[in-house]
Amino acid sequence: MSEKVLMKGNEAIAEAAIKAGCRHYFGYPITPQTEIAAYMAKRMPKIGGTFLQAESEIAAINMVYGVSAAGKRVMTSSSSPGISLKGEGISYMAGADLPALIVNVQRGGPGLGGIQPSQSDYFQATKGGAHGDFHMIVLAPASVQEMAELTVKGFELADKYRVTSMILADGTMGQMMEPVSLDFELAEEVEKPWAVTGTKMGRKHNIVNSLFLKPDQLEKTNIERFERYEIIKQNEVRYEEYLMEDAEICIAAFGIAARVARNAIDEARKQGIKVGLIRPITLWPFPEKAFADASNKVKQIISVELSMGQMIEDIRLSVNGKVPVTLCNRTGGMIPSPEQVLKAIINANEGGNE
Amino acid sequence: MVVFDKPKALADVQMHYCPGCTHGIVHRLVAEVIDELGIEGKTIGIAPVGCSVMAYDYFNCDMVEAAHGRAPAVATGVKRANPENIVFTYQGDGDLASIGMAETVHSAARNENITIIFINNAIYGMTGGQMAPTSLPGQITQTSPYGRNVNECGFPIKVCEMLSQLDGPEYLERVAVNNVKNVKNAKKAIKKAFQNQVDKKGFSLVEVVSSCPTNWGLTPSNALKWVEEKMIPYYPLGVYKDRSSK
Repeated sequence: MSEKVLMKGNEAIAEAAIKAGCRHYFGYPITPQTEIAAYMAKRMPKIGGTFLQAESEIAAINMVYGVSAAGKRVMTSSSSPGISLKGEGISYMAGADLPALIVNVQRGGPGLGGIQPSQSDYFQATKGGAHGDFHMIVLAPASVQEMAELTVKGFELADKYRVTSMILADGTMGQMMEPVSLDFELAEEVEKPWAVTGTKMGRKHNIVNSLFLKPDQLEKTNIERFERYEIIKQNEVRYEEYLMEDAEICIAAFGIAARVARNAIDEARKQGIKVGLIRPITLWPFPEKAFADASNKVKQIISVELSMGQMIEDIRLSVNGKVPVTLCNRTGGMIPSPEQVLKAIINANEGGNE
Repeated sequence: MVVFDKPKALADVQMHYCPGCTHGIVHRLVAEVIDELGIEGKTIGIAPVGCSVMAYDYFNCDMVEAAHGRAPAVATGVKRANPENIVFTYQGDGDLASIGMAETVHSAARNENITIIFINNAIYGMTGGQMAPTSLPGQITQTSPYGRNVNECGFPIKVCEMLSQLDGPEYLERVAVNNVKNVKNAKKAIKKAFQNQVDKKGFSLVEVVSSCPTNWGLTPSNALKWVEEKMIPYYPLGVYKDRSSK
């Protein structure tokens, strides 16, 4: 049995990244994710890695671009306003098909917003988040254990598909402490023959680039990239179901919202209400089929979110009008209480919430 | 017998640069230096956004195309990933001294062991001749049609002078490529900037005062005269910092 240690979510991400073979971290201080940088600043010099506090989020993501171009595992982390600044680099990495892990420990927005937990960067994360046609693989942990496991997974998926992976956490997940096991089975690292490591005068030069001035060529790169996205959609959808077998009401929630929802579901079950949970673990690709299937048997889906309602749009697309999809939310750094969710469940059971 | 060969580090392709543009000269100097130091197989070049955006097609070493102004950050990543590689950026004035100023200053402050070739031609060439951070006072451009008014848009930025105030950088020199003598000096400076990196000495930047006949609205020969008469007096040539010479 593997040993468990008590860690903050942010620290679990950092240690898991090191376990996954990441030896390069670039970041810029921002609350509530600074523990990741602090952890890396302590650990990296001791294991021959690089920790560098960049002059800006923009510089940090471009340093990530450089390490990734050179074929090494690399990550950065930030929180909402910082991720916006990284948007430029994220788009360029998509255009150049560069893998990396990006962590967003979300806080309330828009603008400088606040420093309390939020899920209001869902659109930004899942719909691209910067200019151009592209996606990231978006992973939404709901425990410190998952913060660690999805970090490892994020690196592996990024390398496998040559995309950026994003851990979409929130201030609660980053700050909470839980026992975590850091024994991982690591997949074999993939070869990167495209990386710029020097020709050694033995091959034609490699070029890492996102510029294609001929429109037909650019279109071709986009189409090929979306063919890869299709494979990701087929193979990498992850979600968890809880008490969905006989459910008549379905809660949809990810991250901290899913933990709140579970409490409410347990209480509702005690009151005899048949309610279950679908918890997306990959927000992109989105578990469309899970929700489409649920829409055949439940009378309402309630999306519990720490935003003004963002994931709810993907649920509605998935169920295509078959059942009502309603919102139970708080925003701006506020977290829905189990009581608020329970009330929404009871209302739904009585045919309400419309 | 004099043999005039194309440097091996330079790809055998037609460049897109305008007639009279000095990018071709500087590309050649960089490639000659790479050949002479025997480092092509371990060199990674970082192309900017600007006229030299397609430099990745012109050098035979591995190349990366960076976002506008971010080449020093990308170079930092490439170098930190594989310190045995020789990493250079090739950037224009808009790229290096405007949108990428933070990346320039901080890579210099860190004494990042990279080589920067900085082309200062006082204009945004690729987008069709707008005012650059290095455009001269009174210089007419598409976005300063009445001449650069320093009361409204400030003064040109003298990159070497500014960076020389930092403790970080190893070597800063400004050269020009408007005549044979200056081209020879430019080659020496570029070679030193690469040799410094081979010797692990740190951040080396060579600013090359260059010409842009197309966007200056001058013939190639008059553009070189303009470099001599207008640019060099404002941007004096010379070594601004050389730590190892002390």
